[in-house]
Amino acid sequence: MTLTGFLSQLLQLAIALLLAPLLMGWVNQCRAWLSNRSAPSLLLPYRMIRKLFMKDAVVAEHASPIFRATPYIVFGAMCCAAAIVPSLATDLPFARAADTIALVGLFALARVFIALAAMDIGTAFGSLGARREMFVGFLAEPALLMVLFTASLISGSTSLPTIVETFAHREIAIYPSLAFAGVAFTMVSLAENARIPVDNPATHLELTMIHEAMILEYSARHLALIEWASALKLFNYSCIGLALFFPFGIAVGAADWLAILGAAPALIAKLAAGGFALALIETLSAKMRIFRAPEFLGTAFLLAVLAMLVNLLLGS
Amino acid sequence: MAALPLYAQLINLLAALLLLLAFAMLAQRRVRSLIDLFAAQGLALSVSTAIVAFGTHQQHLYWSAGLTLFLKVLLLPWLLHRLIAKLDVKWDVEGLINVPTTMLIGIVLVVFSFNLALPIAQLASTVTRATLGIAMASVMLSFLMMITRRKAIPQVVGFLSMENGLFFAATSATYGMPLVVELGIALDVLVGMLILGVFFFQIREQFDSLDLKHMEKLKEGE
Repeated sequence: MTLTGFLSQLLQLAIALLLAPLLMGWVNQCRAWLSNRSAPSLLLPYRMIRKLFMKDAVVAEHASPIFRATPYIVFGAMCCAAAIVPSLATDLPFARAADTIALVGLFALARVFIALAAMDIGTAFGSLGARREMFVGFLAEPALLMVLFTASLISGSTSLPTIVETFAHREIAIYPSLAFAGVAFTMVSLAENARIPVDNPATHLELTMIHEAMILEYSARHLALIEWASALKLFNYSCIGLALFFPFGIAVGAADWLAILGAAPALIAKLAAGGFALALIETLSAKMRIFRAPEFLGTAFLLAVLAMLVNLLLGS
Repeated sequence: MAALPLYAQLINLLAALLLLLAFAMLAQRRVRSLIDLFAAQGLALSVSTAIVAFGTHQQHLYWSAGLTLFLKVLLLPWLLHRLIAKLDVKWDVEGLINVPTTMLIGIVLVVFSFNLALPIAQLASTVTRATLGIAMASVMLSFLMMITRRKAIPQVVGFLSMENGLFFAATSATYGMPLVVELGIALDVLVGMLILGVFFFQIREQFDSLDLKHMEKLKEGE
């Protein structure tokens, strides 16, 4: 482990933690612009997290330790994931500890705990949200794995930094399989991040909630951590997508400081474009009934499997 | 990975698109969108044929690309749309099996035909031989669409898209059939479409619907 690698690891984690709420604010701002409303401040998520951290936490009387521990576990899992996904550089000492499958496992860990905590209190909305979340999750996870396997097949490794290095070095060629995988990944990301075709992040109607229903009982620092963790999750998914499909600008190999610092503006530009695309998708599509979700995610799975099969058949 | 020439990469991309469109047709519930998808499939086929023609300098393939464009992108969809307007059908397509299950069966079919095509493709010497599996898969998917649909029009669209798949198979395995054969098939498809159009009216006159399950009975009044 080199010192540069260690430092770039730390820098990347810090950037993920700092930029994640900003990405959330940017997406909200784009959504407001696109639907012709006056936009909230770009810094609103930071202010909300700060406000929540200063409040006193209220915990339900019958809450078990799981309920208290969950925000920390979820936040920790998302931080680990942020350390694995190469967003600035591929020379990440920590990323060798976990490959893409472990990454999907980290997301699953967070999901399981947040669902457990939602059921822990015993309110109707909590368990309703938890069940829906698991319902969406078990459909989205295989599709996500298939997308990652397609990338692994092309690059011959399940480790994300190696995949990115292979993709960044390859000659320019048309990969139909990657196009399919990209569409499938977009659909999975929408479902996993509780975005509009599957879930509405801005809803106030409990009966239609998925993610929001699970965190209704949280307050103050717990809620702040969970909000921050969901911002991190969105950031992580965006970075996985960028790393797999647009790996340009990421500092490859044992990079020097100049390359890493050059990667930061590229990352921000790509994230801004991705956030705008997300807002555009959300504005253009309507929320589906929950029982249409299997069809939506089934299509994502189908596309991912097709990507893999086409890759096997055509070798591209 | 062997670097393919650009035109072969484009053909691979279009082949993948063809497969995707076959799946989209399988999942589509509305008749009019189904026909639009069929037209899109024809367009992908036509463009890929033109690219094969350009890449391999086979002049007669330009003709068949043009023929595909005229027949399958413009004429047949126009005929079908007109037919739908005349029959005044707006219903959603009903399948015998629900959409996710159909998709899963479709994936199994794709795996099957990819495996089937692999040894055959080894025998071919064309640049596009790898796409033979995709062509077979789209034939199979069209079959599946004909089997799982209950109404007459989607079945006919399935039949037509099967012809698309066969055409693509011919292009990818042997750079296309002789022009005479292609002209003959094109004429067959056109005439078949016209006759089936007449059939639609007859079926509806007889049974008051285009649901083909009425035709399973041999006698009236059972």
